[in-house]
Amino acid sequence: MSDTGISTGVDTGIRARLGGHLRENGMLLALVAIVFFFTVVVRARIDVDFLSAQNITNLFLQNSYVIIMALGMLLVIVSGHIDLSVGSVAAFTGAVAAALTVKMGQPVWIVIPATLMVGGIIGAAQGYWVAYWRIPSFIVTLAGMLVFRGLTLWLLGGQNIGPFPREFQAMANGFIPDLMGDWDQALLGMERLNGTAVLVVVAAALVLIWLGLRARARDAEFGIAPEPAGLFWARNIVVSAALVFVGWKLAQFRGLPNVLVILVILTVLYAFFTENTAAGRRIYATGGNEKAAKLSGIRTQRLVFWCFVNMGVLAALAGMIITARLNSATPKAGTGFELDVIAAVFIGGASMAGGSGKIVGVVIGALIMGVMNNGMSILGIGIDYQQVIKGLVLLAAVIFDVYNKNK
Amino acid sequence: MPALLEMREISKVFPGVRALDHVNLTVERGEIHAICGENGAGKSTLMKVLSGVYPHGSYDGEIRYDGEVLHLRGIQDSEAKGIIIIHQELALVPLLSIAENLFLGNEVASGGVINWRETFQRTEALLAKVGLRDAPTTKVEKLGVGKQQLIEIAKALAKDVRLLILDEPTAALQENDSQKLLDLMLELKAQGVTQIIISHKLNEISRVADRITVIRDGATVSTMDRYEITEDRIIRDMVGRDMAHRYPERTPKIGDVLMEVRNWNVWHPDQAGRQVIKSASFTVRKGEIVGIAGLMGTGRTELAMSLFGRSYGRNISGEILMGGKPVDTSTVAKAIDAGLSYVTEDRKALGLVLEEPITRNITLANLAGVAVRGVLDKRRETQVAESYRKQMAIRTPGVFQKAVNLSGGNQQKVVLSKWLFTDPEVLILDEPTRGIDVGAKFEIYNIMNQLAEMGKGVVMISSEMPELLGMCDRIYVMNEGRIVGELTRDQASQEAIMALILKDSGKAA
Repeated sequence: MSDTGISTGVDTGIRARLGGHLRENGMLLALVAIVFFFTVVVRARIDVDFLSAQNITNLFLQNSYVIIMALGMLLVIVSGHIDLSVGSVAAFTGAVAAALTVKMGQPVWIVIPATLMVGGIIGAAQGYWVAYWRIPSFIVTLAGMLVFRGLTLWLLGGQNIGPFPREFQAMANGFIPDLMGDWDQALLGMERLNGTAVLVVVAAALVLIWLGLRARARDAEFGIAPEPAGLFWARNIVVSAALVFVGWKLAQFRGLPNVLVILVILTVLYAFFTENTAAGRRIYATGGNEKAAKLSGIRTQRLVFWCFVNMGVLAALAGMIITARLNSATPKAGTGFELDVIAAVFIGGASMAGGSGKIVGVVIGALIMGVMNNGMSILGIGIDYQQVIKGLVLLAAVIFDVYNKNK
Repeated sequence: MPALLEMREISKVFPGVRALDHVNLTVERGEIHAICGENGAGKSTLMKVLSGVYPHGSYDGEIRYDGEVLHLRGIQDSEAKGIIIIHQELALVPLLSIAENLFLGNEVASGGVINWRETFQRTEALLAKVGLRDAPTTKVEKLGVGKQQLIEIAKALAKDVRLLILDEPTAALQENDSQKLLDLMLELKAQGVTQIIISHKLNEISRVADRITVIRDGATVSTMDRYEITEDRIIRDMVGRDMAHRYPERTPKIGDVLMEVRNWNVWHPDQAGRQVIKSASFTVRKGEIVGIAGLMGTGRTELAMSLFGRSYGRNISGEILMGGKPVDTSTVAKAIDAGLSYVTEDRKALGLVLEEPITRNITLANLAGVAVRGVLDKRRETQVAESYRKQMAIRTPGVFQKAVNLSGGNQQKVVLSKWLFTDPEVLILDEPTRGIDVGAKFEIYNIMNQLAEMGKGVVMISSEMPELLGMCDRIYVMNEGRIVGELTRDQASQEAIMALILKDSGKAA
């Protein structure tokens, strides 16, 4: 009876919106709960501060590549495809950067763009078959996973290549210097305080709240049932407090890590791209219903192609950060990362079928995985249990989604 | 002996909709009983109640079958009783053989091991019953729709069917396949199989049915015997008003030629050497509604899709002129720019992104219209969607409702909005009222008239001749890839259209 007058789901619009909020709020809550859990347990068990500046810095360093690649993976998955090759591509591009820097002595400002370009070309090579020849992406990128792992071994001759000059390492291990001088420390009577970090973080929190208020105002204008005000403020206070807390901690250590800055900029860029640009919208439509998109004048093949190119570039960026962090390119770099990346995207709420998923969700998903990795390692939980727990978290997150959708 | 089936006072409510309202249906032993009604009248829901898709307890009323009251929990229960339904969408596995399909879920096996010898023997016997001679090992995908329909019936026979329900069995069939199917129904009747046929092809009904029940808006309107059946009466009962008022009034204001297609040739995308469209030429004028009539599979959709950004076929040749000037429509984007729009026949698969809200669906073909340098203005997007919601009377709680939650008629209005937002000169509407209930059909007709009023050219492809006759200023008749005739409103009639088709088919033979 699909054709009878009024639709059957009269209030599903409102429910869907609340459901959307429910999902994001739920994820955020899960992240906060997990962080809280580890803070307490780590303190109790081994008397270490889980939220020390050192460990917060580590957390972002360790997970930066997963988050960076997850941004690109979201686009690939939204467009209805998958990329299994990203771990190998990251390793290979890391090796390329090593060869250029260490063997050929090229400066950073050549190595970085050149490596990103190599990543783009790899993405193009895979995307070409997927988009224009309609070879299933699973197969093309499974092949790519093998090919680029092999090429990494070949390029490195089976050995580690390093070390790298300081400027290259700075990509992963550097920090944003304090541009505010020492007056703030004098004022507050503190030994060490990176005023820039504090300022940036406070500004970010304010911008976030302002954007949230603006979106609420717009919802109200169009008569969309807004999220309850209490919930809105609760979320924003939690997020802002967390931001300022992290900033404050980092400020007393060495300031904002370069990686964190790269991460935040990329996240904002991709969130804007996916939600506010025509091109982003078209990717969602392509994944949602390719034929309908095509018949609406959208060049779906080209979009899929560019999603893969973008993925390649981000994999190359991640590859360089991995290499810079280890200060050497190794044949085993990035092994299994594709699975962490894909898991982060699905924990973040993307659909396997394509057409849905959000950048914010993906970043939170990656952070959940990252915090669990980090916390369990600190607690000395064996890799065996870690894998089991991560697997179950992935399954639970997706079951939660499906359950919500069917309800 | 009591009737084989008695459904008494069946009511079924969905959230917001009363789908069945105290429906009564009695089917006597050995008869062919036809159920008639517009789309959305409740025929399919009634059959789903009967076949256990909606289990006992999810509806009100009573089903008596063979003297006992049925408490069905699912399809398995109804099949065990010999009630078998053949749905409009065939449920065969294309890559399995005929034999495998016939006994799917009902395998001739002992201890889980299939007895192929017996399977094949029984398959052959069943195929003979439905008049097929294909080898039991033939894969189903190799068969045409007509044969597949017969395989479905054979499958039902394999299960010792007592009450066979056919849901619009000839909808996708060619004329001669339909005839074969109807013959088979009569033959099964002679063998004692009681049958229910859902159809709105009145000629078929009057040929095979012993009795007919008309359902409208979820309620039984009438049940008549064979000798009482007249087309007028059925239509009056089905629609609830006279034929004359099924189409809104309009005074055409026809202007200059908007679009002209010259010598359009299209070849099949996969089968080399098969020409699907053969030098078709036609014109559309400002403010005119032009119909394209023809049997299924004559290439109407293929013509439209090939015109619209070469979305179908290969080796396309010919010329399209808009306002007298040749235009390039080689991609969909270019076709849209040239002022062409194409509303697909299959809304769900080709027209909408179902999981996305109305807003996003409406702006999809013209994102530039709500964007500045590639950045979307969501406020503007919402305003656009709101204005179409009002203009088209899209019934929805809000424009952020997902398309999947709308009824067929409202979905169609969303698709129409999408294309109107591209500001087209000419709209090609492919079966625009298929799967839409009567009330919504009338609204779609009204929208079409408004479009013509606005000076757009409207091309309407439809398999329902009365609809073409009621709506169009001019009708082109297609047969086997050619345009074989053109009829003005005064010349057009069902007979005239059929005569053109038959004359052309005769020539070819």
